[in-house]
Amino acid sequence: MSGTEYLRVSDLHAFYGESHILHGIDFTVRKGECISLLGRNGAGRTTTLRAIMGLTGKRTGSIMLNGREVINMASHRIAQLGVGYCPEERGIYSSLSCEENLLLPPQVGSGGMSLDELYEMFPNLKERRNSQGTRLSGGEQQMLAMARILRTGAKLLLLDEISEGLAPVIVQKLGEIIRTLKERDYTIVLVEQNFRFAAPLADRMFVVEHGQIAAEIAQHELQDKLPYLQEMLGV
Amino acid sequence: MTDFFGVPLPALFGQLVLGLVNGSFYAVLSLGLAVIFGMLNIINFAHGALYMMGALFTWMFMEYLGIGYWWSLVLAPLSVGIIGIAIERLLLQWLYKLDHLYGLLLTFGLALILEGFFRHLYGVAGQPYSIPDELSGAINLGFMFLPKYRAWIIFASLAVCLVTWYVIEKTRLGAYLRAATENPALTQAFGINVPLMVMLTYGFGVGLAGLAGVLAAPATQVGPLMGSNLIITVFAVVVIGGMGSILGSILTGLGLGLIEGLTKVFYPEASATVVFIIMAIVLMFRPAGLFGREK
Repeated sequence: MSGTEYLRVSDLHAFYGESHILHGIDFTVRKGECISLLGRNGAGRTTTLRAIMGLTGKRTGSIMLNGREVINMASHRIAQLGVGYCPEERGIYSSLSCEENLLLPPQVGSGGMSLDELYEMFPNLKERRNSQGTRLSGGEQQMLAMARILRTGAKLLLLDEISEGLAPVIVQKLGEIIRTLKERDYTIVLVEQNFRFAAPLADRMFVVEHGQIAAEIAQHELQDKLPYLQEMLGV
Repeated sequence: MTDFFGVPLPALFGQLVLGLVNGSFYAVLSLGLAVIFGMLNIINFAHGALYMMGALFTWMFMEYLGIGYWWSLVLAPLSVGIIGIAIERLLLQWLYKLDHLYGLLLTFGLALILEGFFRHLYGVAGQPYSIPDELSGAINLGFMFLPKYRAWIIFASLAVCLVTWYVIEKTRLGAYLRAATENPALTQAFGINVPLMVMLTYGFGVGLAGLAGVLAAPATQVGPLMGSNLIITVFAVVVIGGMGSILGSILTGLGLGLIEGLTKVFYPEASATVVFIIMAIVLMFRPAGLFGREK
């Protein structure tokens, strides 16, 4: 793994109103790399993604995206630089049909997948394309939330808890999709509670604790650090 | 048969058409209010004043610039829309995170200022505006005479409402609007410029009010108070229809106009209050309105 740096987060602090959630997050992601932010609930992993997208309150520090500082940008400008965000709550719109949900995010880069390709990857979405977005099952909604950011040509994917609350067979399918995306040179940040889902996929893992990065673990160190990780994550 | 329960048919049809005309105004105005509320979370009490400005601009264009009705039909709503955009940028954008009450108070204050301003300029008496030649006169339908201008108001309002409904429910732009109404933060995180859409939505919503004002100019007296006379009824219409639905606000507007017209025929004493009686009844059984969704 020696690609160029794609995302560098340094000394990132973020706030929701008066509450100070992130206390100086530092990490980098290289182009084509898949990293995972692990940690307990409330450690600040989701907030890290939201802060990168410009969805928190006040932010300080630096977020360099492909060589550009985005810490003060409005969230639509950040997305337009080629970032796809899949929120924890999935964010499927009830006032839009499945296909309208899929077609909603505008192009933010070249080389996005076509509708046909996506329907091949997610056949359920094709069947249910005229259904109201929120009438889809949990698994289908998660597929939809993934699929709609793959259409846009975004090269950096921020995926928040995509395996949460889903049946094992769907989690497995999501794992296959992440592998396909890695082969296609997407840069991916996985926020995961499910260590067993993230571990085989991530090139490096960061443990988030109290709004800071507590440890960095590369894939080849995984076996040695397993006891430490289990203690940190409380699994 | 020339009468219906003792009411001569031509009079009945005449009142029905008038009811539809009023209903058309209710529909266009409540549609604008619904679109604005959905996107901005603001109850736009300045709507009546902006409707009045649409009519007054139409009159002023003619009086000072010699610009006729058809051009005003485009220029007056455009001017009102631009004024709306200025209001949104300068004032409303600071209120989105606050309670509805602040937006309501601010726009109510704005309405008073705008009305006061034009009252200062023109007094309370209305100015006459004549119907354009192409639309004066009436069509003989056999069972009644239909004034062309009334037919035009109904036709133009319905067309505008249907186009708006189509754009919001069936197009890409409409999908952006619905998405931004439902979850603005996430929609913006997909790369859609939501603040710009909010601004244009307010401009469009009040532009609709301006358009209603142009349509009203030849049909009524053009004066600073014409908006406040109408807007209370329009708010009742919105309460009855429910804030959430585009089609709901159109149908409720037309329906209540018709009911009001019929009341004028059969029990004129109640014609001014029937909308509010219906509002009270609807609120008892469906607090979110006929088409609204309870939160």
